Amino acid sequence: MTDTLEAPPGDDAAPPTTERVAVLKHRRGSRWMHWINFPLITIMIYSGLRIYKAEDIYAFGIFGWEWFHFFPDPVYDTLDLNRRLARGLAFHFNFAWLFTINGLAYAIYTWRTGEWRQLVPRRRHLKDAWHVLLHDLHLRKDPPPNRGRYNEAQRLTYSFVLLLGFLAILSGFAIFKPTQLSFLTWMLGGYETARVIHFTVTILFCLFFVVHILQVARAGFRNLMSMVTGYEIVDRKVESHD
Amino acid sequence: MTEPGFGEKEELTEEEYRRRLRRSLLVGGAASFLGYRGWRWVQDQPKADGIPQVLRDGHEFNERIWSSLFREGHDAKEFPLSDASILRVNGTLGIRSELNLDGWELQVFGPDGDHLGTHTLDDIMALPHHDMTIEHKCIEGWAQVTNWGGARFSDFMALYEDQLPDDISDVYLETPDRRYYVTVDIETMRHRQTLLAYDNLGVPISERNGAPLRLATPLKYGIKQIKRIGEIHFRREQGRDYWGERGYDYYAGL
Repeated sequence: MTDTLEAPPGDDAAPPTTERVAVLKHRRGSRWMHWINFPLITIMIYSGLRIYKAEDIYAFGIFGWEWFHFFPDPVYDTLDLNRRLARGLAFHFNFAWLFTINGLAYAIYTWRTGEWRQLVPRRRHLKDAWHVLLHDLHLRKDPPPNRGRYNEAQRLTYSFVLLLGFLAILSGFAIFKPTQLSFLTWMLGGYETARVIHFTVTILFCLFFVVHILQVARAGFRNLMSMVTGYEIVDRKVESHD
Repeated sequence: MTEPGFGEKEELTEEEYRRRLRRSLLVGGAASFLGYRGWRWVQDQPKADGIPQVLRDGHEFNERIWSSLFREGHDAKEFPLSDASILRVNGTLGIRSELNLDGWELQVFGPDGDHLGTHTLDDIMALPHHDMTIEHKCIEGWAQVTNWGGARFSDFMALYEDQLPDDISDVYLETPDRRYYVTVDIETMRHRQTLLAYDNLGVPISERNGAPLRLATPLKYGIKQIKRIGEIHFRREQGRDYWGERGYDYYAGL
């Protein structure tokens, strides 16, 4: 993230100096729920994989040609996923409540604070997302316009991942209690389709996680610390008044 | 950029930020430590039938929620018969000894261990026949649409109405060799989609699928749908359950 203020026009006579200020970026609630979510989703994905292993039928491919089977044996062996169904279920069905409560709390929080306005993509700036992508892949030199806390690529990604969380909870309940929650299961295309959705959401979460870590590493230490303190240090240009 | 209020200043001076950083690191460190302790606390719990006690309690918490949502009139979805196929065989616990169809009989016991009756397959077949095409779900994750034919357990239980007290809460069923056994709550057992099944897709159930008589209900995972039933016990409290004792949820309801 760069400066949020620009030097006033026509004032190039004054030699620019910078002052270091800490600008609020992530509110308290967002920070807490972000960090609480991290271990919870890790436990959910891990115990979920232990459940999946008991019937690991999904593969990625086209026209009957299997390109990637979820998952190759080394994955199971390394992560100790073999014959762990009972423990997987026990952790999954209990921590699911904590994951759901945290997600619900976050939804209410972003709504009450108006933070959601920083998150939803804006149609008129949607083109920026493409620009950001090309820029981040070093395919385009000029930086995308700075329009506040998150650029459009971030807005799209974060909104998408929140939607994934919502879908994970819905599809999870749909396969957990398909009779008692038959309407939900029906809405998601039936038991087996809901299970595919639940699995796909998990894989997308993992992909998001990889990109998220890479981007946080790229964005640097100040950005990372803003998720801890709430504030990001910025060097802001000021005009001298002597 | 952000909305005012909610107790946090929009900007901090360097001095304020340093204090803030120190506090955040302390609080964050303490919270991480507590999180870690919480995780260890779960892991170090005494085992309750194969899983940490607190997770067992969680299973029972879930059971209370979902069994209170359970409605007698609420059925599991049924499917057209054309979607059905003979059920895949999964697990032979309790049916490994050779099946002697002629010698098979069903023993029924009351809550005090009193022997209430003995039945042949003809007795069960004499009860009104029902069939259903449902989605059988295995706790391992697979599901298959299949068709069961047999007698409703509620019709069978009606034979014993006069002999049974009102406070029956569970039914315990076991295989003739006693190597596989389940306990199922009475609400599920009385449900119209819970059958003492002898047909699968219109033909007698195969030996490996539980001949001559098995439990079939779309309201529970396959682990509860015991094959080759030898004994039925009406009970006033939850009884033993093969997979429940091995870390699984005793309720296992869908």
